[in-house]
Amino acid sequence: MMQPATTNSPMTAQARAAVPALDIQNLTKLFGGLKAVNNFSLTVQRGALDGLIGPNGAGKTTVFNMITGLYVPTTGDIFLDGDNLVGMEPFEITQSGIGRTFQNIRLFPTLTVLDNVRIAYHTHAGYGLFDGLRRNAKFEAKERELTERAEDFLNIFGLERYVNEQARNLPYGEQRRVEIARALASEPKLLLLDEPAAGMNPGEIEKLMELIHFVRDRFNLTILLIEHQMRLVMNICERITVMDFGEVIARGNPVDIQGDKRVVEAYLGRGAAGRGGKV
Amino acid sequence: MDLNQLAISLVKIIAVLAWVYGLLWAVGRKPWWAKALGIVIAFGIIQLALTPINGTQVFNDFDRGLLFQACGMTMVALGLNLIYGFNGQFSLGQWGFYGIGAYTAADVTYRWVNHDASGLLVGGLLVILVGLMILVVGRLIARYKGMPVLSQFTLYLIGAGVAAVISVLIGNAIANAIAPAFGAADASNSVLLGNVAQNVILVLAVLVGGAFAAEVSFLFGLPVLSLGSDYFGIATLGFTIVVQTLLVNTDTLLPFPEMKGGRGMIGIPKLTTWFWAFVFMLAVIIVMRNLIYSSTGRAIISVREDETAAKSMGIDIARYKLLAFVIGSLFAGIGGGIYAHYIGFLSPATFSFLLGFNPLIIIVFGGLGSMTGTIAASFGWIFFLEGLLRVILGQLGTEAPTWRFVLYPITLLMLMLLRPQGLLGGVEWGFLRHPKVAVRTSQTTQGVPVPAGK
Repeated sequence: MMQPATTNSPMTAQARAAVPALDIQNLTKLFGGLKAVNNFSLTVQRGALDGLIGPNGAGKTTVFNMITGLYVPTTGDIFLDGDNLVGMEPFEITQSGIGRTFQNIRLFPTLTVLDNVRIAYHTHAGYGLFDGLRRNAKFEAKERELTERAEDFLNIFGLERYVNEQARNLPYGEQRRVEIARALASEPKLLLLDEPAAGMNPGEIEKLMELIHFVRDRFNLTILLIEHQMRLVMNICERITVMDFGEVIARGNPVDIQGDKRVVEAYLGRGAAGRGGKV
Repeated sequence: MDLNQLAISLVKIIAVLAWVYGLLWAVGRKPWWAKALGIVIAFGIIQLALTPINGTQVFNDFDRGLLFQACGMTMVALGLNLIYGFNGQFSLGQWGFYGIGAYTAADVTYRWVNHDASGLLVGGLLVILVGLMILVVGRLIARYKGMPVLSQFTLYLIGAGVAAVISVLIGNAIANAIAPAFGAADASNSVLLGNVAQNVILVLAVLVGGAFAAEVSFLFGLPVLSLGSDYFGIATLGFTIVVQTLLVNTDTLLPFPEMKGGRGMIGIPKLTTWFWAFVFMLAVIIVMRNLIYSSTGRAIISVREDETAAKSMGIDIARYKLLAFVIGSLFAGIGGGIYAHYIGFLSPATFSFLLGFNPLIIIVFGGLGSMTGTIAASFGWIFFLEGLLRVILGQLGTEAPTWRFVLYPITLLMLMLLRPQGLLGGVEWGFLRHPKVAVRTSQTTQGVPVPAGK
């Protein structure tokens, strides 16, 4: 169902397979005199499920906003499958294959759940303004097709009973799921999840972890997630990058990270590491 | 106070609203013939009410005026609802585009009935050439990524200037060449000025007026829509004031002596019949509805809901802001053309920015983002304010009708307190209803099981 969007770059399929899905090089973002992100580099391999963690204000969301084009990096490059994204408009970046969710859920609140997902299909709708105005056969066929696909998505996420419900009326956990469904509907190759477990109870987090695993396998995705819930990060992420004050302080697999002195310091303060503190 | 008249006015308001409901219900019928029949009946009912039978007329000339005003207002307000209610861009420029459409359409027919085809030829050529120019320059710009908006604007502006010069030269040349054909023609015997010809010219004039307003809105909206919503509101207010100032000076600053500047343009042929008012209004309603319930419409609405999320869904928000603005202005221009040919006299005072708040009040009153609300409020508002209140207050004294500008703001205030989403906010009738999909209950789709734990 999810065909990765074809790109026009002259690279061969083999060469492409060798390139990492996401390659960030020396990314820096200044807000006035404040270095929100400093010389940040990150490589995410195709099909990986990686985590980006760090204390509040470490610059994680700023990195996400630069990847998706909402912020323009001061310096540095971001490559998606070998194509540089810096300088592209946010909508172009989405069209080239990045989907994301937001830290504070950003659904289209007064629209129905179905329309939320259908909007993400807009660039693949397959009919134009005038087809829509004339209600011709092409419109009818494509509109039915995209409605069915949106419904399929909602079914997969167990949201089918909410199709005609306004998005803002859904419980918090369900809104998260709609947001993930919507991000997937834009047919991404790389999915960015910004604190997907924020505000969830342990039971909901358990379900979310299953969902993330399922989504990656089902849609052949590469996933990068920001999270505070250590339980979730340590359980599902394959590689973790830790940021503090805009810089990378550690990378590695969950076990290494848990024992890393600098990481413990960043989270619990200097001295905690010496007393056997653990993240 | 004459209670009879009060009762009659009230009944008329209710009847008109019931008619609107019936019309929307009829247009929503499924087999095409049922739809067509419903539309014809809806048209016929009003046509009958306007026809004197045995010397009595359900809708007198005064009501007829109200009806046409309501049709014009429906188009303008629907356009504004698209811009503000659906796209979320607070605009006060709608009235300016209404004025542009009215004057452009009026000039085309005025010149035609005065044996001059230049209005139609120059106007038509201008609209077509500028439209082509926008397409060509748009293609050109798409090749160069990241061109600043102001550079794009400059390119379009130069293109529009060139298109204007070409169309004036060619249009006038052709008009001069065919001028002898008008010769001694007069309305009673000429093909060029006969009844059929006049109606054709009316349609062309209204379309030219609408298209011209839309193209001006494209040029104006391109740089201005990049402003945030509040600043955009101020800029569009400025636009309305600029338009009115130009209309006051049409004979001095602009080369249109027949518009007579601040004294007002007289002698516009009164060609708007109930048929044309109805047809254009229905066309606008159908286009609006088809637009909103399509993928393009959803993209437009997503910009209102959350710009950041819309961007992250791959939606080019600048493009859809501009699209909504241009279509909204097209509706305003068409409404202006219908108005001009009903009233037969255009004064710049009609297009002052203070009156420009009327469509805004109507869409807020009817409900932002509700097409039904806008249509019902346009009819209800005109018949209430100009029909009921003017008649009732008129009996109290010559100056008393002025009180309606105290009474209706109070009505508005009450409504905002009691029902902040507007009278019909979130409600759509018949044809305009959101097409709902059936809730599926199956737990599997295409053999794919739902993940465990759901």
